[in-house]
Amino acid sequence: MVIKQLSVFVENKIGRMAEITGIIGDANVDIRALSIADTSDFGILRLIVDKPEEALLALKENKITVSLTDVIAVGIEDKPGAFAKVVKIMSDAGISIEYMYAFISRSDDQAFVIMRVEDPDKGIAALNGQGIKLLCREDIY
Amino acid sequence: MPVFWQKDIETMPRKELERLQLERLRHIVDYADKHVPFYHKKFGALKISADKIKCLSDVKYLPLTTKEDLRDNYPFSLFARPMREIVRTHASSGTTGKPIVVGYTRNDLSAWADQVARFCAAVGVTDADIAQISFGYGLFTGALGLHYGLEKLGAAIVPISAGNTQRQLMLMEDFGVTVLISTPSYATYLSEIAREQGIRDKLKLRVGLFGGEGCTPEMRAKIEENIGILSTDNYGLSELGGPGVSGECAFRCGLHFSEDHFLPEIIDSDTFETKEAGEDGELVVTTLTKEGMPMIRYRTKDITRLDYDVCKCGRTHVRMDKVKGRSDDMLIIKGVNVFPSQIESVLMNIPEIGAHYQLIIRREGLMDSLEVKVELVDGAYLVEYRKLEQLRNYVKEQLRSVLQLDVKVTLVEPKSLERFEGKARRILDLRGK
Repeated sequence: MVIKQLSVFVENKIGRMAEITGIIGDANVDIRALSIADTSDFGILRLIVDKPEEALLALKENKITVSLTDVIAVGIEDKPGAFAKVVKIMSDAGISIEYMYAFISRSDDQAFVIMRVEDPDKGIAALNGQGIKLLCREDIY
Repeated sequence: MPVFWQKDIETMPRKELERLQLERLRHIVDYADKHVPFYHKKFGALKISADKIKCLSDVKYLPLTTKEDLRDNYPFSLFARPMREIVRTHASSGTTGKPIVVGYTRNDLSAWADQVARFCAAVGVTDADIAQISFGYGLFTGALGLHYGLEKLGAAIVPISAGNTQRQLMLMEDFGVTVLISTPSYATYLSEIAREQGIRDKLKLRVGLFGGEGCTPEMRAKIEENIGILSTDNYGLSELGGPGVSGECAFRCGLHFSEDHFLPEIIDSDTFETKEAGEDGELVVTTLTKEGMPMIRYRTKDITRLDYDVCKCGRTHVRMDKVKGRSDDMLIIKGVNVFPSQIESVLMNIPEIGAHYQLIIRREGLMDSLEVKVELVDGAYLVEYRKLEQLRNYVKEQLRSVLQLDVKVTLVEPKSLERFEGKARRILDLRGK
């Protein structure tokens, strides 16, 4: 149930994002979702891609600082209140969400939410049996 | 087992040594007076002559010599011998204007080779060793100084010069090189590559003779960790002849002067007062035997202290501490004195960041700021942004506690900062530019 996310160190300078995403494209890897915060000197680019291992290899070969991070992905109905329900379950279970980002699926009326919690297994256990659809690699990639 | 090159001299009882120094000091003052117009004039103005020197401490009455004096007398005006007796010249890499030129007689070269052979032997180098000299050959005294010293000692020399890291490592492996001579920053770089390529176990390196720039104990530990080498420090400057002015013994508790050739003192850089043994100050050195270009009380600008206690190795010659910094290198930032070596010591103790760094000093309005760029080691901290921030704040805190100064710490990608094959240039002072 755990999804592999790429975490890439990005120095804040012109052209860096173009370079990193270019390497991923050249490796024929498709980016499904991404997130980066606006920070001053450096940031961490987080990516969900269809072939994380291949992307990791390609980035490392190009001397990019990168690691794989375990995250949880859930599919929720694309309607009001659905997202709040997920977050509530986590807070009720006393699990703090370190960061999250969402994207809309292209097949059905679903939104995918990527969440990073300190202990992904604990997060999955909390969500299980609550009517929340946990996604595996195939659903996303 | 301590090893000596010239045991009688190196372990000479201090009284005898000091008698020899006094005799040579009188001689060199007289010699400089007679053969170097620059000194004749200076001594005359101060009404000083060799016969007025009654004891070693009288050296304090002699005039100081500075780098500017050498520049003003470019190229040969301070030479004490005619050109037919000068057999070699060297010059320092002058960063501004004309370089500093030095000249050697045949006797000077022979004495120099002995000084170098002494510190090589003192850390266990023998005629059975294979020594790779990765200093750049040329006007710089490092490469040729070590070359002739090691040759006199009988080691087999690989004069590869600087650069081409892959070839350096190939010869090291294929030749079974046992001794590496380079700047500590280049050794750090070589050792990183050797570790990455997994050839550490194929290398037979056992001793590193590092010089040309300062080396903090932390940087040295890093080199030792990477390639399992005994890393040793030696000291010299071309104005005084080159490497061999002082060097460590195997106990690595200070650098032994070649006191039969050099008379060291410590002074206060501002008042020029002589300091007591054990006190920190600027090193001032008088050459006792140089014929080509004698130096009377040359101001090195290096900050250190002297320890006259007999060393565990049996050498009686005075030891100087590793140079704490050059008074020239000292940065004054927001009124705080900062030595780059202090920063290096802090950074080397933080395993999450690499061995290379860059210091950038700016002036914004009337305020100075110091930025320290450090490299991440790998992607281990990328799980959470918070962890990177914590690391950055930790580095900042550590620097603050040592420097009493707020610095800006910037994390950059592994291996993105410049590597140096010779002396490292890690400081970028943009003030007034």
